[in-house]
Amino acid sequence: MQTIEFKNRPKIIGNYAIAGPKEGKGPFGQYFDYVMQNDSFGEKTYELAERKMFEQAVTGALQSAGLKSADINLMLAGDLLNQIISSSFTARAFNMPYLGLFGACSTMAESLATGATLIDGGYFNNVVCVTGSHFSTAERQFRFPLELGNQRVPTSQWTVTAAGASVLSMEGEGPQVCMATYGRVIDYGVVDVNNMGAAMAPSAADTIITHLADTGRKPSYYDLIVTGDLGKLGAEILIDLLEEKGIRLGLNYSDCGHCYYTREQDTMCGASGCGVSASILNSYIIRKMKKGEYKKVLLVATGALMSTTASQQGESIPGVSHAVVLEMGGK
Amino acid sequence: MKNQQLNEKYNAYVEARIPKTKPWPSLFNSFWVGGVICLIGQGINDLILYLFPSMAQQSAWAWTLIIIIGIASFLTAIGVYDKIGKFAGGGSIVPITGFSNSIASPAIEFKHEGIIYGTCVKMFTIAGPVIVVGVVASVVVGIIYYVIGLF
Repeated sequence: MQTIEFKNRPKIIGNYAIAGPKEGKGPFGQYFDYVMQNDSFGEKTYELAERKMFEQAVTGALQSAGLKSADINLMLAGDLLNQIISSSFTARAFNMPYLGLFGACSTMAESLATGATLIDGGYFNNVVCVTGSHFSTAERQFRFPLELGNQRVPTSQWTVTAAGASVLSMEGEGPQVCMATYGRVIDYGVVDVNNMGAAMAPSAADTIITHLADTGRKPSYYDLIVTGDLGKLGAEILIDLLEEKGIRLGLNYSDCGHCYYTREQDTMCGASGCGVSASILNSYIIRKMKKGEYKKVLLVATGALMSTTASQQGESIPGVSHAVVLEMGGK
Repeated sequence: MKNQQLNEKYNAYVEARIPKTKPWPSLFNSFWVGGVICLIGQGINDLILYLFPSMAQQSAWAWTLIIIIGIASFLTAIGVYDKIGKFAGGGSIVPITGFSNSIASPAIEFKHEGIIYGTCVKMFTIAGPVIVVGVVASVVVGIIYYVIGLF
């Protein structure tokens, strides 16, 4: 069994999402708690801007939960930068016990699953999960300088400038984390770093198939099945891969990366980055759950575990996807 | 072995699904923007020779290159060249202005890592291969030229 059920059902009692200006103009702009005026966010470097986003997300989530930083027993965080500096340096600022996670863009589900496991086990009371990404820091680490006049290929995705934080606790009100399916690392031999959707789709398929088999549920059990940042192409591939196994995703399926930007924003296959699922979960999804529009949500955050060194040495891109089940109300 | 076959099958399937770029509009934009850049270069060259009639053609070429590289660096710095590049692709990469952009853009990008380890080290990350290929190609051509000269 890869799926675990949380008997005590930890709740997301606080949430906060912050996004960049381009993201603010997208379809989810109105749902974010804060939209930055510009990408540098008043900081000297983009790395500092990313860290400031993380700090603001944590502060905002704590406020929304009505807690102080001293109430938090553990911070779980991860990001895309080398040695996950945005996460560690944020933890330094808050003086909280900290576990750094690296699951690439799957970090939001990974941290929620881990946090819920630790709380359900009775070891921690309040855990804060935070992750995010910044377009400009990711570009310079993984791709080219911002001002280079090159063209993006049709399968490429746009790294979002966004961060999201959730506070998990046994006390308080909010969506319950009922189950988690930790994903296996799946690699179908895709080497194209500009086609991460295709690299991650098999891992999302594997996690969803495993989750449904473990729980005996059908996709229709959920009001919303949402993957992280597969993008347009990756989401289509996922639908195909699941259909091969006789699982039909219906209208309740969506991909955060695919619908993150409008068509006019010209991002090719959509959005990518840790910030995609982090910001949409902590704004749109939780808000809709609290309103009662969604009762049962399966969040499958997808991560491409690539590094520039491994890619340059010809390695293919492994993917990992973690799933968490969020339910409103219930037992 | 079985895994490898499955991977190949998956990659072939992905390849078939990938949205393709339309070649003709891209080529057309590339062609006319590249042409305009060359036209500007020629115009600068003619203007220099018109203003300084006594200047040697060789010097005028050198001045033209300096001016057009300077303009491209400036456009890179104010964030315009990447937009031209997005539109024109090869049309703005192949002329020397593209070379200028490929050196100026990492220089700007990595200035926060310091002058030596940032700007100076990273400056040639994109242009470096072009320089290496250029030098190697000229060595090869030089050898061929020498061997032909022997007969």
